[in-house]
Amino acid sequence: MIDAVVGPFIEFAFMRRALVGCLALSLGAPPIGVFLMLRRMSLMGDAMSHAILPGAAVGYLLAGLSLFAMSLGGFAAGLAVALSAGLVARSTILREDASLAAFYLVSLALGVLIVSVRGSNIDLLHVLFGTVLALDDHALILVASIATVSLVVLAVIYRPLVLECFDPQFLRSASSLSSPTHLMFLVLVVLNLVAGFQALGTLMAVGIMLLPAVTARFWADDVSGLILVAILTAFAASLSGLLLSYYQNVPTGPAIILLAGIFYLLSVFVGAKGGLMWNLLPRKHLEA
Amino acid sequence: MTMSPRTEPAITFSDLTLGYDRHPAVHHITGEVAKGELLAIVGPNGAGKSTLLKGIVGELKPLSGSLKLDGLKKSDIAYLPQQIEIDRSFPISVFDCVAMGLWREIGAWRGIDGSRKMHVVRALATVGLQDLGDRPVGALSGGQFQRVLFARLLLQDASIILLDEPFRAVDTKTVADLIALILRWHGEGRTVLAALHDIEQVRAHFPATLLLAREVVAWGETRKVLNPANLAKSRQLVEAFDDQAQVCVRDDEPRERQPA
Repeated sequence: MIDAVVGPFIEFAFMRRALVGCLALSLGAPPIGVFLMLRRMSLMGDAMSHAILPGAAVGYLLAGLSLFAMSLGGFAAGLAVALSAGLVARSTILREDASLAAFYLVSLALGVLIVSVRGSNIDLLHVLFGTVLALDDHALILVASIATVSLVVLAVIYRPLVLECFDPQFLRSASSLSSPTHLMFLVLVVLNLVAGFQALGTLMAVGIMLLPAVTARFWADDVSGLILVAILTAFAASLSGLLLSYYQNVPTGPAIILLAGIFYLLSVFVGAKGGLMWNLLPRKHLEA
Repeated sequence: MTMSPRTEPAITFSDLTLGYDRHPAVHHITGEVAKGELLAIVGPNGAGKSTLLKGIVGELKPLSGSLKLDGLKKSDIAYLPQQIEIDRSFPISVFDCVAMGLWREIGAWRGIDGSRKMHVVRALATVGLQDLGDRPVGALSGGQFQRVLFARLLLQDASIILLDEPFRAVDTKTVADLIALILRWHGEGRTVLAALHDIEQVRAHFPATLLLAREVVAWGETRKVLNPANLAKSRQLVEAFDDQAQVCVRDDEPRERQPA
C-alpha cells in the first residue's frame, strides 16, 4: 500500500516535480478561496480564471512558449479585468458581479480569438488544461514564489480582510484600509490563478482554489480553521489526483480537481458542521 | 441654536443640504451640537434622520453648505447604522466581533494582549453577554446581537457616538439596558446623537431634541421642541420624493451652489 503511494514519486522525477508544484499551489490558493467564499464571491474566481486567457495568449504570441511572458500577460489581463470591474461597480449603478461578468466575457472572447487566429489547437489545450506533468524548474520556482508571496501578504492584510468580509461598513468608518485591502486581495486572486494555470490550466486553476475552501466549511467554524482544513484538503486532492492519473493514465489536472470534488461531496453528507447526514439522524434536542 | 453656550461645538452645520442624486433628503440645516450633548433626532419616516447621520460620518458628501467637525478624526466617531451590512452567517465569535471595537488601539497588526482582553470581557459583561463570548455571532438573537454592537461601541471609546434607530426589534429590558449605557456615555462627556422615533422615550431620557422633517422644524430643549404644534408640522412637511422637483429657490442670497 505504502509502496503504491510512494513508489511513483521515488521512481519518476516528473512525478516528484508535479507533487511539489501541486503542494505549493495547495498552500497558496485555498486560503484565497476561503475568503472568496466568505465574501460570496465564489464565482468570481471562475470569471477571473477566464479573464487571464487573452493575456497569456498575447504573451505566447510575443514570446512563444515562454513561461515568464505568459504569466506576466495573464497577470496583467486578470488585474485589468478585476480593476475595471471594480471601478465600474464603484462609480456606476452596476453591481460588481454584473460588471465583472461583462469584462471577463469580453476578455475571454478576445483570448479565444487570439489563440485560434495565431496558434494551433494544441496550444489552446495547453493553456486551458495545463501541463502538470511537465513542470520545469522555472515553473516550479514561479509557483512556489507565488505561494510564498501570497501567504505573506495574506498574513499582513488578514485582520482588515476579515473585517472587510464581515462588516465592511465598520472597516470603512474606522480606517482607510478598506480599498487597499480589497485591491491587495484582488491581486492575490489573480496571482494564484496565474500560478494555477501553469500546472492545471486556466479552467482547472480555480478548482484547487475553491473546492477545498467550500469543503472546509463543513469541518471548521472559524476563519483560521477554514484555512487549515482547506489547505489539507488541497494536499490530499493533489496527492490522490496525481496517483489516480499515474495508475489510470488519465489527465492529471482534471483528476486532481475531481478528487477535490469527491471530498466536497463527501463533506456535504458527513461534514461535522452541518453535513446533511446529521439532519437525517433521529437526535433529541439539548437542554439549552 | 446652541444648546449649551458655555461649551464649544463638536459639530457645526452651516446651511447643510444632504441628499441623493440632486434630490435633497434634508436641507438648509444650520446650527451647532455642543461637546458632551445628548441629542435625540426625531421625525417621521423620510424626515432625513439617517441621512443627517450619514453626512456626519462622511458617507454622504453635502449637496451644498458645509459641516465642520471640531478637529476630529474618522476614528473619533463611532457610528451604529440602521441598515447594517454585517454578514451574520460569517464564522466569527462574539468575542472577536466585539474586540474589533479596539481597532483604534490595535489597528491592523497589533495583538490583543491580556489587558485588552480584559477590556473586551468587561464590555461583554456590561451588556450582559459575559457567557456568550465563545459563541458564533450567527447563534445570537436579534436583541443579543444589538447588545454585541453596543459592546463594540463601548470599546471604540469615541468622543462622538451616532446611533441610528438603535432600539428597533429589541425588547423593553434590552432597551432599558441600552439607554442606561447611553446615559453613561453622556455622563462621561461624550457627544451622543441618536435617531429615534419613540417620542415618549425621547421625553424621558434626552435633554435636547432636533425635530426634523426634511428640514429643521425645531431644535432645542426636548420639552419645548416636542409640542403638538411642532409634531403636526413635522408630519405635514414630509413630502414624497418628486422626480419633477424644481431647483430649490431658497438659496436667494448669492451663495456658491455646487453643480450636480
